Amino acid sequence: MITDSKLAKEIIAKRVAKELRDGQLVNLGIGLPTMVANYVPEGMMVTFQSENGMVGMGPTPAPGEEDVHITNAGGQYVTILPHGAYFDSSMSFSLIRGGHVDMTVLGALEVDQEGNLANWIVPGKMVPGMGGAMDLVSGARRVIVAMQHTGKGQPKILKKCTLPLTARGEVDLIVTELCVIEVTKAGLVLKEMHKDTTIEEIKSLTEADLIIFEEIKTMDV
Amino acid sequence: MNKIIKPEQVKELFKDGMTVMIGGFLACGTPEKLIDLLIEKNVKDLTIIANDTGFPDRGIGRLVVNGQVKKVVASHIGTNPETGRLMNEGKMEVELVPQGSLIEKVRAAGAGLGGVLTPTGVGTIVEEGKEKLTINGKEYLLELPVKADLALVLGTVVDEFGNTFYKGTTKNFNPYIALAADTVIVEAEELVKTGELSPDLAMTPGVVVDYIMKGAL
Repeated sequence: MITDSKLAKEIIAKRVAKELRDGQLVNLGIGLPTMVANYVPEGMMVTFQSENGMVGMGPTPAPGEEDVHITNAGGQYVTILPHGAYFDSSMSFSLIRGGHVDMTVLGALEVDQEGNLANWIVPGKMVPGMGGAMDLVSGARRVIVAMQHTGKGQPKILKKCTLPLTARGEVDLIVTELCVIEVTKAGLVLKEMHKDTTIEEIKSLTEADLIIFEEIKTMDV
Repeated sequence: MNKIIKPEQVKELFKDGMTVMIGGFLACGTPEKLIDLLIEKNVKDLTIIANDTGFPDRGIGRLVVNGQVKKVVASHIGTNPETGRLMNEGKMEVELVPQGSLIEKVRAAGAGLGGVLTPTGVGTIVEEGKEKLTINGKEYLLELPVKADLALVLGTVVDEFGNTFYKGTTKNFNPYIALAADTVIVEAEELVKTGELSPDLAMTPGVVVDYIMKGAL
């Protein structure tokens, strides 16, 4: 059991970073997924996109160095790296839908065993809008859901999503603080688990059916 | 021909019930001075087409807070709680469109296209009421063009003919709304003489710009 939320997020970000490959173009969602950028393996060059209009996003500017013309998709001041480029929204989403983004990492309200994802609306309660999430999930080559295993103690990995979907059957991998789950045609395969949990605990916190082979690796975090 | 107009002349172009496209992404690239004038004139029942509704005190959100908006077409309203509140109380209509689809709907209008086919939204509530086509075995939604009466654009460097350069991430929707509206007003952060902006940097050709108002950084 991992109860510390800060630790959980760190575990998730570190493990997702292991999925990065040299030369990739990657889009990280707002919040936890953004932390993945802190753990790019040494010697690897990964280019991050910000869908408001840049690739090659750099770190937060030093105080006093902010430029009102340069922000990220969360509206915060940001910088650009020497190999980066700025462009308009049509180019940005051409990169996304056109299969030029190798990987996107997003949070989820719910994800299910058919690879469906819900993360943009709770009808009548929270209606932020989908922003670029629908385009990213249906367009990126690989979709990784990075989220804490449960929400308010309730399972978020379900047999069938109950909330309106962001996209149908597009999720490839689910990374939580407890385990790594691969979405396959046969269902959800438990690939790795954290050293501080058990299969029983994971099962009890997961509504979806899990396919469990004999050998499950320990998460390398 | 003089395209440069003063704030009082800009205000004369604003009418109740207009459909207005406004550039910007969470207020980056949004013409705040033109929004000031919309608020000063207090025109009502506007339909706003934009990426998002900014923040309550910054960007497009200020028009929402001031009660001037009848309908919003946007991809994201989460950073402005007032938009959600008015929507839930039935006081303002909100149409949410995926960001990549919204920019293509605007682009289609300005480019003379009958619409665009996108895989985004297939299998979600976004497909409700839309025509679905299967091409080479893959499903696409038909997203139709969207036009406006007025486009409010922010340019970083603008020459007196309207040729416009957009710095950094201020581009976003700006170059496309400049093609999709009957009347186009550019707020110029920096206004230069015609010929002083390199034609290579003219991301919006001045021929499509009707009016220019000097803004300020």
